[in-house]
Amino acid sequence: MSDTHAETVAYVAKTQYDPQPPPVASSGVLGWLTQNLFSSISNTIVTVLAIALIIYMLPGMIEWAVLHSVWNAESIRECREIITNAFGEGATGACWAVIHERFGQFMYGYYPPSLRWRPDLAAVLLIVAMVPVLFRTMRPLAVAMGVLLAAKALFAVYAELTGGNAELVGPTTIAAVIFGVLALVFGSEKTRPYWLWLTFAYPVAAYFLLWGGLGLETVESSRFGGFLLTAVIGVTGIAGSLPLGILLALGRRSNLPILKAICTIFIEFIRGVPLITLLFVASTLLNYFLPPGTNFNIVLRVLIMVTLFASAYMAEVIRGGLAALPKGQYEAADALGLDYWQSMRLIILPQALKISIPGIVNTFIGLFKDTTLVSIIALQDPLGLMKPILSNSTWNGIVWELYIFIAFMFFICCFAMSRYSMFLETRLRAADRR
Amino acid sequence: MNFNKLAIAAGLAGVCVASGAHAATLDDVKARGQLRCGINTGIPGFAFTDSAGNWQGFDVALCKAVAAAIFGEPNVEYVSLTGKTRFTALASGEVDMLSRNTTWTYSRDTDLKLDFAGVNYYDGQGFIVSKELGVASASELDGATICIQTGTTTELNLADYFRANNMSYEPVPIETETEAKEKFLANACDVYTTDASGLAATRSSYPNPGDYMILPEIISKEPLGPAVRHGDSEWGDIVRWSLNALIVAEEKGITAENVKEMASAAGDDPEVNRLLGTEGEYGAMMGLDQDWAVNAIAATGNYGEIFDTFLGPDTEIGLERGLNALYTDGGILYAPPFR
Repeated sequence: MSDTHAETVAYVAKTQYDPQPPPVASSGVLGWLTQNLFSSISNTIVTVLAIALIIYMLPGMIEWAVLHSVWNAESIRECREIITNAFGEGATGACWAVIHERFGQFMYGYYPPSLRWRPDLAAVLLIVAMVPVLFRTMRPLAVAMGVLLAAKALFAVYAELTGGNAELVGPTTIAAVIFGVLALVFGSEKTRPYWLWLTFAYPVAAYFLLWGGLGLETVESSRFGGFLLTAVIGVTGIAGSLPLGILLALGRRSNLPILKAICTIFIEFIRGVPLITLLFVASTLLNYFLPPGTNFNIVLRVLIMVTLFASAYMAEVIRGGLAALPKGQYEAADALGLDYWQSMRLIILPQALKISIPGIVNTFIGLFKDTTLVSIIALQDPLGLMKPILSNSTWNGIVWELYIFIAFMFFICCFAMSRYSMFLETRLRAADRR
Repeated sequence: MNFNKLAIAAGLAGVCVASGAHAATLDDVKARGQLRCGINTGIPGFAFTDSAGNWQGFDVALCKAVAAAIFGEPNVEYVSLTGKTRFTALASGEVDMLSRNTTWTYSRDTDLKLDFAGVNYYDGQGFIVSKELGVASASELDGATICIQTGTTTELNLADYFRANNMSYEPVPIETETEAKEKFLANACDVYTTDASGLAATRSSYPNPGDYMILPEIISKEPLGPAVRHGDSEWGDIVRWSLNALIVAEEKGITAENVKEMASAAGDDPEVNRLLGTEGEYGAMMGLDQDWAVNAIAATGNYGEIFDTFLGPDTEIGLERGLNALYTDGGILYAPPFR
């Protein structure tokens, strides 16, 4: 039977062919290009325009920011002189020397230089406090401490080479070594509850480290500034708004009418008022309502306002997560005989919070960037610090360098938060598949 | 401004209740051990930070002088205030005095319930142009494009001036000083107008300051001075006479360097003796030490020294004394006599 058609068919494959590479146009670099950048006429036009734009802008930017930049100068005039001497009349370049000179101010504001190890130590402890919350094991902490020590060593070498002096062994180094070793030895998942106690103790430790007390010299909050202030406001707002937001969200969905009304009014009021208004209230009006002579710290007032503001937004994000859960989950929890808090803690919130992660992180990032608004009530956050620096005739005339530096620092923080959120989503999705 | 009024109105009740506590600012300041002085968040020459993070400047020096008059040394906590927060901060007692390039106007003195303790800088609105424009006087500016900050009194002054002189102009509205600089340097406008001290500071930041000139006309009055709250005249006296002491010190040739020496023994000039406490009991009249003026002058130098350090011809800002010279030198600085 099979022979019948042997002559009618021109060719019959007798063996399995080796797999061939796909056509050139659909694989490799060329394939990626045709599929992604030149798949249609409109796509091609967009690609060409974008490349043209990059070619048009990039060389100028690199020339300004890198090739023609000046890192060491006493004043903007010296910067301009150096650039003119090196690259001819009319050349422009970035004068990063201002960042170099005012780096300490951008980091700590007017915090006394001799006490700056305290915010440093608070920052190290912040990492220690954050890792048990963010990860399952303590291994990332060991890595972070290692990176920190390496950075510190590099900085010391740099300082040695440029004639400055950086103390290598300080409180931060010791803390980093201790916690790094602890994390290596006792870093398994089982020890996490013990580490979490450190997290709960952190706010107290940070308060005394930053403001003083317990034998430490007191530091006026008017001396807080720069990214230290941003971090204090941002971290407090983030850490405070999540639990407050959860409570508010639960309250708003509660069956108790008065509690529900209070939570709803609070959330709607705060969401209906711009943050800047609340900051003005914190900075000026609150003074009138408090008994005269009360010295209610401006930074503390701002911290409270920012936390309340963020918690209202957080409450709505979490309420969205709660509403997204099927009713069956609530009923199942009730059917198991769990009381309200047990059912929330064990069944409802773990699921609701997981759904809300992108929204929560979004609120965090928004809050972190909103901290720059405090410059309007004259707190010395990085943006607020720009004005007194630029008013010094040594640097008057510089604009872009400072904005770029601040934007870069904010980008690092916000990008890190965003990546962590994606990491967390992936990890929790893996739990779904199990 | 409306916000300030609103905030102050809303807080008036609180202030009325609290007025007892604010009555003796001097006692509060002494108990605290520090003068809380409201300053600008940054304005060239008047308030800025040095590389060590210390506040410096013409307005800051007055804070130091007042604090030195009280404590003998400049114990000041600087509270930087924006245009929006300055008056409420003063009214609510967050700061003891404002030394923040605030123009002394009728409505601020009466309606906002401030007391101005004198004038430490006579400013006025001026114009800056590129020398290429070939203009030597503001009267030749007919038809010019002018960069002007919106929502300020400078905008109104400009309109008044051009209407009074039958000239026309095209306004280029801008929001901030920085934007003004970028626009003006890019020739988006022929002229930039703001307070003359601001013009000088701005010009010093240009890549080629020599290519630009400030026109001689000053079209408005902007007397800038320190301010305190209504209702505590004793405190207002201390600020007023600290400023006057600096001015008289220049008139009498007392400087930061020679003040200790001149105060060591009574000299020939009775007014100097009264000022420096070598004659009479003049410090006690204000509730201060006998050598209050000595300390104030030693902390900052006399008015002329402060001016030269932060604003004068030897600085980057390079302002001439002009109106701010002593009345004996053709200016209008005129402190009442010490007697």
